[in-house]
Amino acid sequence: MTATTTGPRPPEEIEVADREDARSILRYGRARRPRAAGPAVGRAARHLVRRPGLVLAGLVLLLVAAWATAPTLFASGDPITGVPADRLLPPSAAHLLGTDHLGRDVWTRVVHGASLSLRTTTLAVVVGLVVGSALGLLAGFLRGWVDDVVGRLVDVLLAVPSILLSLAIITALGTGPTKIAVAVGIGAIATFARVMRAEVLRTSTSVYVEAARASGSRWWTVLGRHVLPNSSGPVLALVALEFGGAVLAVSALSFLGYGTPPPTPEWGSLISGGRDYLATAWWLTTLPGLVIVAVVLSANRIARALETTGEDQ
Amino acid sequence: MGRYILRRAAQGLFVLWAAFTIAFFVLYLLPSDPAALAAGAGGEVADVDPALLDDLRARYGLDRPVLVQYVDALGGAVRLDFGPSYQSGAPAASLVAAAVPQTLLLTGVALALAVVGGVVLAVASVLPRSRALRQVLSALPPLGVALPTFFIGLVLLQWLSFRAGLLPAIGNVGWQSLVLPAVTLAIPPGAQLAQVLSRSLRGTLGEPYVETARAKGAGRLRVQLGHALRNAAIPAFTMLGVMVGALLGGAVVTETVFSRVGLGRLTVQSVNAQDVPVVLAVVVLSALVFVVTTLVVDLLYPLLDPRIERASTPRTVAA
Repeated sequence: MTATTTGPRPPEEIEVADREDARSILRYGRARRPRAAGPAVGRAARHLVRRPGLVLAGLVLLLVAAWATAPTLFASGDPITGVPADRLLPPSAAHLLGTDHLGRDVWTRVVHGASLSLRTTTLAVVVGLVVGSALGLLAGFLRGWVDDVVGRLVDVLLAVPSILLSLAIITALGTGPTKIAVAVGIGAIATFARVMRAEVLRTSTSVYVEAARASGSRWWTVLGRHVLPNSSGPVLALVALEFGGAVLAVSALSFLGYGTPPPTPEWGSLISGGRDYLATAWWLTTLPGLVIVAVVLSANRIARALETTGEDQ
Repeated sequence: MGRYILRRAAQGLFVLWAAFTIAFFVLYLLPSDPAALAAGAGGEVADVDPALLDDLRARYGLDRPVLVQYVDALGGAVRLDFGPSYQSGAPAASLVAAAVPQTLLLTGVALALAVVGGVVLAVASVLPRSRALRQVLSALPPLGVALPTFFIGLVLLQWLSFRAGLLPAIGNVGWQSLVLPAVTLAIPPGAQLAQVLSRSLRGTLGEPYVETARAKGAGRLRVQLGHALRNAAIPAFTMLGVMVGALLGGAVVTETVFSRVGLGRLTVQSVNAQDVPVVLAVVVLSALVFVVTTLVVDLLYPLLDPRIERASTPRTVAA
């Protein structure tokens, strides 16, 4: 679909990239988004300055990753044993997020919980990414009966709500962070497989793949050198999106009590522990919950940024 | 038309069969020994009296070859018989059937709230003249999508039940007890709907027929509701199947938070007790709900957009 509008013709030197541009040229005499032509670093910097939300999202994820790798730098206290005299204190300068019923500092527990929560989430995304992309890659590249079988499998996985699928797997496997990760990861396989398949189909029909085939490359060379690198963009955006989804799923499952047993700090079980003090100690549920919300929001924001960069290219 | 429905019904039956088969093999073949589970030993064979195990294996038919068990279970499932629950011994199917009405009520109200709220929010986020107001309203759906369901539930409980004392915190009695769980359950899918719909509305507003309507002097609200919304609704409508699934999944958490009786609570109890027949029945039921919803959505497409012919109905779910 190209712009077939009657009216004043755009001046020759203006580059018309799409219909949106064509329309704004007709209206305002210039393209909507002036295309910057500078060094890549400068362009990236300008891109980020105009998107403070994206920068903030990146900083949030970096901070949480730092919590996970070096928790003692951010909270020097002991996350497991508390000071009974300090039980159920509201947030203050000494205890940023207050203390719980055993006198443990909630901030310390949130910071130390990042490690387990993020490890579980990352493992879940890796399971979904590896299995799902492999299935999608094979289905899109080999076509034929492989495509049919994978397609049916994806249909079935999509038909069962992912939390119920995860619960069924937990019923069989038992509880624990690794099992939660596998259960959540299996729930994400279908989405990865579908996106990967669509991308591979798009790439495999392109001229350079045809050229590679015609010049006698083996099929795995074509797959590894040409199809895979060019199909990975939308899959990367999906990784960020699924990371946010996996944070939610993992925390929901550990909230239900399928994660680690109590003393170990973990975000979902931390909030679950605050349930008994809803009436008296609001900070036990609300503040750790906001940490989860911030992480998911950031992951989703980055996913959106990756999606739009993919579209621009 | 008739042939189309037949073909879709066959596809749906296939999905149900496959969901049952995958769930069966996952639940029956993975490490834990079902007989030991039924004996309440957490799957550890060593802790149970061997005679009791043999007795349980015989009672649940677990001493037969796996394929025989599978064929038998499949035959039972066709007759809606999923075998006795390991916990109570009552038929799993009737336990599930008893829990369905409360959950149906909850998810039904939540679906209505999510659709109304999502559409209102989507229209509100593109309607105002003020750019700042539009930006504030467009920031709400991404926020709603990022909220964990249990967190929404706990925060609502805390402020509206415990602090303000407006609504009951737990239980199934009266409409008041339905308000908080339904709102909790509705927020994430409603926000997702708003996100898809407002993106699609923004795209539609650039279409030539919208400009024509504007050129003819239609006001902002009229352009939105009369011209753009119906066309923009199609991608959002595709989401309905996924939304119903999300509501069913969300009910697991919501019913736990608000201590409501229902399918979600039954699922959590069954997972805790590793009550395999009940979990299997719930999985097959959720697949059935999804299959029926997507079929209904596909049949309704032509009513929403006459250009869509049934033969080319999109098979895939929302992007």
